[in-house]
Amino acid sequence: MTRKQRRLTMIGGSLAVLAVAAALVLNAMRDSIVFFSTPTMLAEKPVVAGKRFRLGGLVQPGSLVRGDNLAVTFQVADGSAALPVSFKGILPDLFREGQGVVAEGALDAAGVFKADTVLAKHDETYMPKEVADALKKQGHWKDDYGAKPAYDAKPAAATQGASQAKQGVSQ
Amino acid sequence: MIAESGHYALVLALALALIQSTVPILGARWRDPALMNVARATALAQLLFVAASFAALVALYIVSDFSVVNVYENSHSTKPLLYKITGVWGNHEGSMLLWVSILALFGGLVAAFGNNLPLSLRAYVLAVQGWVASAFYLFILITSNPFLRIASPPIEGRDLNPVLQDIGLAVHPPMLYLGYVGFSISFSFAVAALLEGRIDAAWARWVRPWTLVAWIFLTLGIAMGSYWAYYELGWGGWWFWDPVENASLMPWLAGTALLHSAVVMEKRNALKVWTILLSILTFSLSLLGTFLVRSGVLTSVHAFATDPTRGVFILLILCVFIGGSLSLYAWRASALKQGGLFAPISREGALVLNNLFLTAACATVFIGTLYPLALEVLTGDKISVGAPFFNLTFGPLFLPLMIAVPFGPLLAWKRGDLLGAAQRLTAAGIAALLAVAMLWAWTRGGNAFAPLAIGLAVFVIAGALTDLAERTGLFRVPFATATRRARGLPRATWGSAFAHAGVGVALIGIVCETTWNSEYIATMRSDDVAKIAGYELKLDGVTQRPGPNFREMQAQFTVSLDGRRLGEMTPSKRNFTARASSTTEAALLTRGASQLYISLGETTADGAIAVRIYHKPMVLLIWWGPMLMAFGGLLSVSDRRLRVGAPKPAKALRGLQAAE
Repeated sequence: MTRKQRRLTMIGGSLAVLAVAAALVLNAMRDSIVFFSTPTMLAEKPVVAGKRFRLGGLVQPGSLVRGDNLAVTFQVADGSAALPVSFKGILPDLFREGQGVVAEGALDAAGVFKADTVLAKHDETYMPKEVADALKKQGHWKDDYGAKPAYDAKPAAATQGASQAKQGVSQ
Repeated sequence: MIAESGHYALVLALALALIQSTVPILGARWRDPALMNVARATALAQLLFVAASFAALVALYIVSDFSVVNVYENSHSTKPLLYKITGVWGNHEGSMLLWVSILALFGGLVAAFGNNLPLSLRAYVLAVQGWVASAFYLFILITSNPFLRIASPPIEGRDLNPVLQDIGLAVHPPMLYLGYVGFSISFSFAVAALLEGRIDAAWARWVRPWTLVAWIFLTLGIAMGSYWAYYELGWGGWWFWDPVENASLMPWLAGTALLHSAVVMEKRNALKVWTILLSILTFSLSLLGTFLVRSGVLTSVHAFATDPTRGVFILLILCVFIGGSLSLYAWRASALKQGGLFAPISREGALVLNNLFLTAACATVFIGTLYPLALEVLTGDKISVGAPFFNLTFGPLFLPLMIAVPFGPLLAWKRGDLLGAAQRLTAAGIAALLAVAMLWAWTRGGNAFAPLAIGLAVFVIAGALTDLAERTGLFRVPFATATRRARGLPRATWGSAFAHAGVGVALIGIVCETTWNSEYIATMRSDDVAKIAGYELKLDGVTQRPGPNFREMQAQFTVSLDGRRLGEMTPSKRNFTARASSTTEAALLTRGASQLYISLGETTADGAIAVRIYHKPMVLLIWWGPMLMAFGGLLSVSDRRLRVGAPKPAKALRGLQAAE
């Protein structure tokens, strides 16, 4: 092989690998990205039954019903709208009524959100970030959700742990 | 007083870093050995002062001085001593202090043990280290000072997040930072080479051990973090493709590529420009990881926008160092002479292939991690890019890489013989096919993917053994000759064989765990029996008991297999009063490389308890693999070739150094 051929082989090979990588990324982008929504956003822009998405909001106080064999139903609300959710399995440690939650799954024909994963992914203020952002946008954010006792020193923003606490359950 | 001394020591360290980043460069420009040697003294003194500062913070935590904001927010007087100490880096300010301490440690090591480096190269390297250090000292002092006081000190602290109160997470951040920050050395060497406009095989020989050390720590750090997530988060997952994890995986992938390209550069004096670029990219990805985790941008783009001081500061550091080094690269790289030619089918070619796939895989992780952030900033849409994305991109890119791994070491430098290598791999190929056939028969045509993937892993492991057998002449020469040759093999050869086998081992663990994992979720009462994968687990009872800073509910399970009692498992749920939060402590029972895993859910009103039980076959291989890789790296570092015989081109400068 001449020098030129060698170089062309190298460049060709590199481009081929890059092209494959790009194709894989684009393909995966189309199929495997999960969108986030809240009950209010769903009311404005409905999602077809069966399409997977992430639902975020607050667990409506008083809506949690525990059925047989670890089946639970509860309502996820974000102020103006609410959506019933059903789930079978163990809820995360920090799942509480009135607190934020993110569930992943799809709507069924009856309009109930069948969750197969309930995430309680928190920073130290125990509020999933998507939920906090959505609530803030709608003006439902209350400062005491993530409140810290005040002290008089130059304060820092909410500190993050060395790693965010990750918790969740899968069915 | 301790807090003020610590603060003061940190300011002094900044002053020293500023001197270290300027004076040696002037010295190198003016060829003044006295000025160049300033680098060594300041690097060592800087290490001393930052270590003092770090010790001061540790002391504040040990004595529980709640008049310091950082201690108040992250500690509690009843916390066990170990977690008081590890709580130092369980928060933003403390972990940044740990970051700069490790940076200073590496700088100090280069200063102390870099006596065989040309004087000007050492001056440049330490000066670049000084720049990085100065930037981060400024960041800490301006935006994240851990020594701030509270005007009216509270009596009790707010305690460390309970999930962080764990031995795994106590050791994980220092390991990870030793890896992240260790890559700053190869970065500094790369920038120094660009500044000097000179680079040769000796350069690679100096860089390689530092890169290896950083890589070993990063490998262990990632593995440890993954094991922590597995047993502490209570649902048996060991990798989540979470941005925080990806932030550590990206430098690892680039660092692995760097290790391999540095070999080519050392042996064949080729791929110089690419090796320099990889050094820059690897440390840039480490900086990016620091930015992602430390700026708060992951917690919430919103929070980042409302309190941007820290994020913007790190972003600025990121832009200056990445932008600056890449500009320098674009400007000076052409000055570096190209070296050794090689055919596409050769050891060099195989290593190029390795680099291509590793960097492409790294790029897909980069896109998957940053695309959601970019989209949210630009359009406000929130998407989550999770495991499916990475399985579809990262997986297919790793597949050809794994097939190529056994071929690499069997190809000759410069011009290799692919057919010959394939012939020598026949035995490994047969072993792989046998594994596939046996698994296929055993699972009776279940999942087709798993036997194939395990076959591939067997191929990688057998390939690593083939390489050793070929080199020692095992089965061809008398056994005694083979063992003598084995002893004579360079340790780096053993190292690469172990590391490659480690990849295969980890792959077997990953495939087994994801394919044949079984789980049992139910509510159980006393004397209920759960059956999973042939094991019987009987719930004997539940007890409440107090711990040092928590109360726990502990369940006792008796585990038996075929009526034979194997042991007890005691999962628990801990309630931490200081933060009103709870953690799940999973119980693990190890059988060979497989594990039984129990974690507890909530108790129902009538006294039953929700239980999650997993049987995870071969799960421990997932972490034994990285340990093998790290062991291989350690063998490679201990190769004496990396310490002796490095050509010393700068005789004249060494003479000047003696006049110090």
